[in-house]
Amino acid sequence: MTAVAARSRRRRGTAGRRLLGLAAVLVALVWVFPIYWMVSSAFLPTNRLRTPEPTFFPTDGTLANFRRVFADPTFFRSFQVSISVTLLTLAVAILFAFLAALAISRFRFRGRKPFIVTILVVQMIPAEGLFISQYQVLDTWHLVNAVAGLSVVYVAAILPFTVWMLRGFVTGVPLELEEAAMVDGLSRTAAFFRITFPLLAPGLVASGVYGFLQAWNEYTLALVVMTDPDQRTLPLWLQGLVEANRATDWGVVMAGATLISVPVIVFFLFVQRRMSAGLVAGAVKG
Amino acid sequence: MSATRSTPAAVVPPAPPRAPAVGPPAAPPGRPRQRSPRRARLGPYLLLVPALVPVAIGLGYPLVRQFVLSFQEYGMAQQFGRPAEWVGLRNYTELLSDPYVWGVIARSVAFCLVNAALTMGVGIALAVLMSRVGRVARMTLQVGLLLAWGTPVLATMTVWQWLFDSQYGVVNWLLAEPLGMTGMRQHSWIIEPASFYLVATVIVVWMSVPFVVFTVYAGLLQVPEECMEAAQLDGATAWQRLRYLALPMVAPVLLVVALLQVIWDLRVFTQIYVLQRAGAPTRETHLLGTFIYSLSKEFSMAGAMATIMLVITLALTAFYIRRMLREEA
Repeated sequence: MTAVAARSRRRRGTAGRRLLGLAAVLVALVWVFPIYWMVSSAFLPTNRLRTPEPTFFPTDGTLANFRRVFADPTFFRSFQVSISVTLLTLAVAILFAFLAALAISRFRFRGRKPFIVTILVVQMIPAEGLFISQYQVLDTWHLVNAVAGLSVVYVAAILPFTVWMLRGFVTGVPLELEEAAMVDGLSRTAAFFRITFPLLAPGLVASGVYGFLQAWNEYTLALVVMTDPDQRTLPLWLQGLVEANRATDWGVVMAGATLISVPVIVFFLFVQRRMSAGLVAGAVKG
Repeated sequence: MSATRSTPAAVVPPAPPRAPAVGPPAAPPGRPRQRSPRRARLGPYLLLVPALVPVAIGLGYPLVRQFVLSFQEYGMAQQFGRPAEWVGLRNYTELLSDPYVWGVIARSVAFCLVNAALTMGVGIALAVLMSRVGRVARMTLQVGLLLAWGTPVLATMTVWQWLFDSQYGVVNWLLAEPLGMTGMRQHSWIIEPASFYLVATVIVVWMSVPFVVFTVYAGLLQVPEECMEAAQLDGATAWQRLRYLALPMVAPVLLVVALLQVIWDLRVFTQIYVLQRAGAPTRETHLLGTFIYSLSKEFSMAGAMATIMLVITLALTAFYIRRMLREEA
């Protein structure tokens, strides 16, 4: 290949690359537009939202919508419920999942394979078909409209995936490391906590955030279990704003949506990479 | 933690590398275990119990109960204490002889397959795009997708309702003003089932694509650089390298992701339910999830329908599950 040909090919390569880059940026804009629209509308006064001509850049933005959300006592009540359910779910699910993940990745025992199969199959159960009997079961124990009740079904829903994910992380820490530490004189427990556990911390954080996102965002089960308006979680509260009357105050709804989303997005950006890494590791390596 | 407490023997410097006292059988089988064999055998089971209990309460028991209920007559009267009557398969025959139910099933399966296919197609395309572009473009695309992925479902659902609002929605404005389709000015997108499903598909695909992109992209990164370079030196075009080298190498990832998409799209509930509440005719727009929800007053019917849904899920995914189990073995 002559130098000229090589150069022209390289040039064509860069031009194609630029074009692809442009396409990528355009796709990004399309994908981000609804989110942009949510935040942008949250800052617009009602009279700017109720015009046929949409406002694309909120140059005359106002905080009035946010003020109205903060003046709403039901927002704080729902915030309280959401936080309690999420924290309870998280604490229980992560601890239990961690123990189970240890069992299946560090021990060979009878029933191990059936357990793994169960974890996989349980995730296929269409929870959307189960919620009525879940409601009934909670009802018999007087756990309907209770933080504990919603948390139980959330833990059950989150655990299988969390176990699966953590198992990937535990398997990823070679046992040889622990054994080497034991050769150097550490006990098994000490070796585990001093060597393996720190290496698992990212996995625990990732599954913790996964659980947080699931519990914080969940809508269907909350809809079924929390029928009392006083026990609504934030997603129920938000949808309630849209349904309350036909003439929806979109500015307030968007302000509420923005407030609910921002902490979630921050958390999510923080650990997203580790979450999918855990999934791939858990899913691909046997 | 079940590992044994530290024993003096293990701390004394010249102790053998693997003091027998260390306990649970993480050691390969055949290694002699001298102390507390019972605890060693019980260890893993004790670790599993805490996880099993909530799953049994929150999923297992409701599932079994629902299954049993689906063979009984259980309605309002039984709510007030009348014992349930066994009716055999009557609930199933009643449901499956109703053409409306078959309509819901057909719509759900079609919706699921179309959405899963679109999501996979767009997702793989964007993952490949991401692996081809420069740093700045890649970061932009990643941030855009992450924002869409990370936003709570209900928040995005309210935005989509607002975007498609018939009076002040920006979609209608875009179609009417810059694109000149003035008939779209007051158009309601969710009144007609066909456009209802179109909107639902746009939303579901928009929400599901980021997960596919990032997972497949992570897989593509693991394809060894040397393989690709070797293929390039041998004269393989970019398309050939992708089609015959990279994609087969990430096939396990694609398989898992496709399986999850099928499962998730068959059980889609929130998007459909919220759009229905926004003013769509519910009977014409039900999919399996919302249909079962609408049956909630007739528990045994809902139970039978949920069992049917589970069977459909298993039928759609049996192939994948078999393969996954084989790999797991």
